[in-house]
Amino acid sequence: MGCVDEMNYEILLPNSSFKECADYIKKNFKEIYYVPAGFKIFDNYLVGVPPIPIAVDNDYIIMPYVKPCHGCFVLRIPGKEEVERLRVMK
Amino acid sequence: MKALLMMGCPELPVQTAAALYIANKLNKEGFEVTAAGNKAAISLLLNSDPEKHYIRNIMDIDRCIGSLAEKKLDFDLCFVFIHSDSGISYLSTIKSISKAKTIAVIFGKDIEPLIEASGDSIIIAAKAVHNPTPLRAEIDGVKSWAALTR
Repeated sequence: MGCVDEMNYEILLPNSSFKECADYIKKNFKEIYYVPAGFKIFDNYLVGVPPIPIAVDNDYIIMPYVKPCHGCFVLRIPGKEEVERLRVMK
Repeated sequence: MKALLMMGCPELPVQTAAALYIANKLNKEGFEVTAAGNKAAISLLLNSDPEKHYIRNIMDIDRCIGSLAEKKLDFDLCFVFIHSDSGISYLSTIKSISKAKTIAVIFGKDIEPLIEASGDSIIIAAKAVHNPTPLRAEIDGVKSWAALTR
């Protein structure tokens, strides 16, 4: 099991509701992929209300990340391999 | 029969009390009870039930989500403890990756939006922060959890 804390992430939207994070991704990015809850990315399983939007911006993944105590965050994480995997899945 | 108690952040004191209360009822009906939570939620459980009389199996919440998503694990019933939007996200996730019948255990001060967001799950809800009695009364309203698995 991976831990997002160990990744080189940037927080684009902190401590929000899942809906606010999903809306932020849909509003601010063009290349969006919708995945089911439990989708594995960066060795983590996504938590949220499906379909979960994940955006791609160059070699970065932009995704919602739910923490039990702190709500939902939008994270921007470098990940060329995951970007390619999402594009192939389309 | 297997039941999962999916614990949220333990910032509201009633969560641990309600989890142990539900676990006791499930044990009496012959369920094998597993609890999943973050470090703080698990620590509270282990300190409250050191000999694991009520909850025999304890898992990290991320590992539990992963095992359910990979279909390595599943349950007949899943109780999701909800006092914030994060709890709703976990409930939706469980509904997507598990065959378990879901029970939303909702507590805190502002429970109405959480009840609305819980969809078709069975709902046990009460305004409760420190005093578990109102939530316990709702839990006692269910006479048999095993009946939900039939």
